Amino acid sequence: MKHILMATGALALSLAPLHAQNFDDPEEFAKQQEQLAAEPMGPADQPWLQHIGDAMVETADLGVEAPATVCFSNAGVNNPWRVVGYTNMTEEVANHESIGEFIHVDAEGSDDKQIADIDDLLAGGDCDVMIVSPNTTAALTPAVERACEAMPVIVFDRGVNTDCPVTFVHPVGGYGFGIQGAEFIADNVDEGGNVLMLRILPGVDVLETRYSAGRRILDEAGLNIVGAEFTDGDNAKTKSIVEDYLMRGEIDAVWMDAGATAVAAIEAFEDSGYEIPVFVGEDQQDFLRKWQDEGLTAIAPTYPTFQWRTAVIAAAHVIEGEAVPGPEWVLPQPAITQDNLDEYVNPAMPPLHYAMCGCEDMANYPGAWGGN
Amino acid sequence: MTERTETRGLFSRLPQINPVWVLLAALIVAIIFMNPGFVEPTGYMNFLKRAAPLAILAAGQVYVITSGGFDLSVGSLITLVVVGSSMLTNNDPTATYWVIPVMLGIGLGTGLVNGLVVCFLRVPSLIATLGMMITLNGLAFMWSGGAPRGYLPDTFRFFGRELIRDVPLVRFIPVSVIVLIVVVGLFAWLMHRTNLGRQVHAIGDNPVAARLAGVSVNRTRITAFMLSGLSGAIAGILLGGFAGVSTDVGTGYELQAITAAVLGGAQLLGGRGSVPAALGGALALTAIFTLLNFLGLPQPVRQVVQGLILIAAVALAMHRRKQTGT
Repeated sequence: MKHILMATGALALSLAPLHAQNFDDPEEFAKQQEQLAAEPMGPADQPWLQHIGDAMVETADLGVEAPATVCFSNAGVNNPWRVVGYTNMTEEVANHESIGEFIHVDAEGSDDKQIADIDDLLAGGDCDVMIVSPNTTAALTPAVERACEAMPVIVFDRGVNTDCPVTFVHPVGGYGFGIQGAEFIADNVDEGGNVLMLRILPGVDVLETRYSAGRRILDEAGLNIVGAEFTDGDNAKTKSIVEDYLMRGEIDAVWMDAGATAVAAIEAFEDSGYEIPVFVGEDQQDFLRKWQDEGLTAIAPTYPTFQWRTAVIAAAHVIEGEAVPGPEWVLPQPAITQDNLDEYVNPAMPPLHYAMCGCEDMANYPGAWGGN
Repeated sequence: MTERTETRGLFSRLPQINPVWVLLAALIVAIIFMNPGFVEPTGYMNFLKRAAPLAILAAGQVYVITSGGFDLSVGSLITLVVVGSSMLTNNDPTATYWVIPVMLGIGLGTGLVNGLVVCFLRVPSLIATLGMMITLNGLAFMWSGGAPRGYLPDTFRFFGRELIRDVPLVRFIPVSVIVLIVVVGLFAWLMHRTNLGRQVHAIGDNPVAARLAGVSVNRTRITAFMLSGLSGAIAGILLGGFAGVSTDVGTGYELQAITAAVLGGAQLLGGRGSVPAALGGALALTAIFTLLNFLGLPQPVRQVVQGLILIAAVALAMHRRKQTGT
């Protein structure tokens, strides 16, 4: 018994700093802070073609011929962000004659299913290029490595622990997201002000890094973090949590690690009869509209859905033998601010549509995205 | 035996009080201790407003549980109602007056189908309503395409969000609290003052005896499911009003409703159940959530505490029942 306890204790001790290191890495924080400030290469009006850093990967010797079949192993289409992204993707495919066929398999948010999906695609032998959007990083790494042996692979959104893919398409990242929102609060709230941090759930790397970066900036700015609460992404729970905090004291700013429940949080202030404080949301239409209607002091960091277009463009480049930014294609990660808010608000789009989709110029816009 | 008599003696001074009210009182004292602002109208009215959907759901669920079944479909029914309302109203404030009856109809219809499947296809209610839960989730997803396409107009959100101000004594009353009082009052009256209530108890206790005594078992069972479905639709209208559209709004509510009913002393597998006590159970469950919010414990600790309190509370309820023999 004693041994078990000691072993558990030692394990817990050894895991704790490991996790802390993973999600609060000062080096990665500094790198992403730098990338946010960097001037991206490529056309400024088409951010999905832009890249930060100038490293390129040649693809002419990969031996793929047009028209080729592109297979896409998708972690899931299980939230509005992925719904918008997947629509971007299917519309982008239509722009490329070099993509003969596009095969999509949906892992429905399951690691096991995605590993089986990738193996099935490999066994089927129809694919010439594979795009993978991994459900989780570590679990999918071996499957992606197997795919790499058979064909060129492009990974986007979450990464894998291998450098075998041709390129890994992703925006700046979670630290960058956390930095943008927290810096806005630091600039707009006096030192000592009360900040409520709302998070979706613990343990997800992209969300943990947003939080650790946000917290670091708020702490450094001398702000008082009154609480960091998990909302499960549930509107009713979010509203209740904020109402409870309002009963206990003043809140000068709300920082969120994702914007899906931002409007519910704002309504808690309205319904309780308080001024709406400084707010960090995301680029969903319902939040942007509320921001415009109520004249909020707010910012919307984004995790752009246009990266789903970029993944297809990278696949097309591979087929056509053109060089692609790599081994990482780091996309810009613009935030929506008061200055450009009007460009992104569009009442014709559904409330949970992500405005930073880079899809406004596409053929079937807005119908394919559910707009009128 | 001596021990037993002593305990009985201690408890016999308050034999009539359902332990759920004791639990609720203890939780509320703890909340007031943590946050004195709770005794202000803003405090307790917010609490009641938040508890209203669950309380209504528990009042409906108690019919099905008392009749000897489960209704797992109400959570996804809530989601369907919220998503469907946003699709049907299509941002038109005047659509509310017909969308709400349609939603109540969907609730009753869902309950009818559940009841028919259980009665005539002989599918156990656990499986029948589990299948319904998955089906309704799929329907909501198909209807909305994975992301809701519209907002709910303020006229629709009136029931879940608005307050009636300038009320004497309490300053304001949320509309949802009025809905709560009316609906739970009606459900309690049906259960405890009418023949239907007696029949629901009878078929849950012993369906064969009930049938021999002239109770139409199928009709009573179907009615119980329909009332549960109706409560799900009303809860959906309140939740959509409170917090707006989202695609997972109802997740987990079916289990919370069952928990609330059991906390109130309803007997799984039927024969015993009380609407007022289910209301007490729902309030106690909401009080647990609120208290844990106020304590500011980290999330994992909260879940552990929440689970333990639930088990302890139900164990206490069972113990009391054995003691009092009710």
